[in-house]
Amino acid sequence: MSVKPALPLKERMKHAIADETLIAAVKKTTDRLEGGKLSSSEALGNWEEWRKQGSRIRSHVVEHLDYYLGQLIENVKKRGGHVHIADSAKEAVDIFLRITREKNAKSVIKSKSMVSEEVHVNKALEDIGVEVIESDLGEYIIQLFGEAPSHIIVPAIHKNRYQIKDKFNEISGENLTEDTPTLTAFARRQLRKAFLQADIGVSGCNFAIAETGSIVMFTNEGNGRMVTTLPPVHVAFMGMERLIPSFEDLETFVNLLPRSATGQKITTYVSVINGARQEGDLDGAQEFHLIIVDNGRSKILGDEEFQEVLNCIRCGACLNVCPVYRHIGGHAYGDVYPGPIGAVLTPLLRDDMETWGDLPYASSLCGACTEACPVRIPLHDMLVRHRARYVKLGLAPKWEQMAFKAWSKTFARPGRYKLSMKAARLMVPFMARDGFIEKGPLNMMGWTHARHFPSPAKQSFREQWSKLSGELKGGGDHE
Amino acid sequence: MKASLFITCLADSFYPNVGESTVRLLDRLGVQVDFPEGQTCCGQPAFNSGYRDEAKEVAKTMIEAFEQSEYVVGPSGSCVGMIHEYYPLLFEGDRKWEDRALKFVKKSYELTQFIVNVVGKTYLGARLDKTVTYHPSCHAMRMMGIKHEPLELLKNVQGLQLVDLPFAEDCCGFGGTFAVKMHEVSAAMVAEKAQHVLETKAEILCGTDMGCLMNIGGRLRYEGAPVRVMHVAEVLWEGVREGVKA
Repeated sequence: MSVKPALPLKERMKHAIADETLIAAVKKTTDRLEGGKLSSSEALGNWEEWRKQGSRIRSHVVEHLDYYLGQLIENVKKRGGHVHIADSAKEAVDIFLRITREKNAKSVIKSKSMVSEEVHVNKALEDIGVEVIESDLGEYIIQLFGEAPSHIIVPAIHKNRYQIKDKFNEISGENLTEDTPTLTAFARRQLRKAFLQADIGVSGCNFAIAETGSIVMFTNEGNGRMVTTLPPVHVAFMGMERLIPSFEDLETFVNLLPRSATGQKITTYVSVINGARQEGDLDGAQEFHLIIVDNGRSKILGDEEFQEVLNCIRCGACLNVCPVYRHIGGHAYGDVYPGPIGAVLTPLLRDDMETWGDLPYASSLCGACTEACPVRIPLHDMLVRHRARYVKLGLAPKWEQMAFKAWSKTFARPGRYKLSMKAARLMVPFMARDGFIEKGPLNMMGWTHARHFPSPAKQSFREQWSKLSGELKGGGDHE
Repeated sequence: MKASLFITCLADSFYPNVGESTVRLLDRLGVQVDFPEGQTCCGQPAFNSGYRDEAKEVAKTMIEAFEQSEYVVGPSGSCVGMIHEYYPLLFEGDRKWEDRALKFVKKSYELTQFIVNVVGKTYLGARLDKTVTYHPSCHAMRMMGIKHEPLELLKNVQGLQLVDLPFAEDCCGFGGTFAVKMHEVSAAMVAEKAQHVLETKAEILCGTDMGCLMNIGGRLRYEGAPVRVMHVAEVLWEGVREGVKA
């Protein structure tokens, strides 16, 4: 599906940076999450070994995805579940709408699912007059604001408690205070009714276990359990790659995911759902559907430079450490997945470099994302690989292409390099003051809006070398 | 022991004093230093912007320039990191160049890494009565794994008081062409970094990479903050001279 963001990347960034409330809220929470991650991963011990193990399991699954998908589908069906495969976002939505119509559903309650965000289920339901309510507190909040999540784990990271209080009061006419117990109690009152009257419960799927045909969900609010057990029908949306081979492999991700995501040793609920209610079960949905969503994923398979991105377990750790994310929040990335993972994933999933190919430039390549990734995806390398493709496709600005060609021709010849450096130095006395350039042409490049630029030295190092080498005790060689 | 200085294009044109300090330090440690004049730039600006062919052409210049060197030492984790991380990739499968590129990678070191791990020295007889804070550059720290080396050298300078930089491991927002292409975010990042530097009340900010220091230093000067911004090599060499006087 070719979706274009409303504004170009630079404009989106500019708006985000100017929103001080948003940036303060994002910084505060990412700092807290990152701090929690560091202490909980240290407490686990052997963090690097756990990461390697996580990476091995995920790579193995992705390399043998057809096998494990087959096994999963077989096992889900064995337990009486229905499996649907959606090639595209539209197909995923159509499948879900069909289920909704068959069940004559009027109301849908959801627990958090990035894939359902990715395919835009909510809007499609609203269009046909089905009520849809997000039950994850963060998702519930941003649904009220009519916004999309701005973080993978903490969807309402960009809102502060005062904004939330005002919104709750606006919809209810109540006069709530902004303390956490009051706000959560209000959401709970609203959501309880919704859980009980919903015809269909929708969940995500953190992992699907191929060997047992189970769906695993990590949640903190208990809403995931309610959504999957209270309504008569449970539909799980699953990204095609979110598999692990066996129940034993789950241990690795029980350790890696919550620590990386929220800094918790374990989430409040780890739910393993083995399909619909079986004879003798006390609770559970009467019908279970699993929608396996491709939506661009299979195109990444076999792409040597990017296949590893399918190892991602959507923990959001790369967002929490990314200095760019922390200064612009999630919405500026323009699509469902923000931060470094979004900058890598979006151009691939959308398969549209013309629209999304500039996203990978929204990184200083500091590598914090790669260091944080619990399954060791080389995110900063992937950002550079994207840039190389962008340039190869001829999408980079013409002036830039010419500039780098000229740069290469000059810097590949030491003689030319020396001459050009000398020429640059001759220009400087006209611009510099006290060794620095404070305005002038660098303003156009954005540099001197925020900082001063040093003027080149009167004499370059290479021009000083012969004198310097003569003074050395070791008598540095002249060359 | 013989080593060739890889000055980096930035230090060559803007910070020759970093080159001089590097050379004098190595010389004092008994390393015989030469300067192959055929060197230009490691190619990182082009590579990181996506221009691999252009970067490769310039990288060849570097390989040729240092072909005869025993060791190659540069005062930048980022530029040496470019050689280590990406030269093998640039020349992969290139029959004429691959071996030469790998040999170059193997003998290239960042300055503090070379002093501590190859020369095997951490005490240089330096003295500097200053408060100093240290910014660990991202590429030195994450690409090259240089964490303790510069700190050990600084801690062994008598009189030098090393104060922790809050959020030290956060990127300063330079990122080469990032500072130009995404200048609004870059500016917000460097403003935050400069703020953290000021919080330390240190007299000197030092680091292992002039790219980052040019960025942070430029911001500090923009704000009129009286913090000296120095490469670790400059701090150490100034310390050695003070030490000799004392």
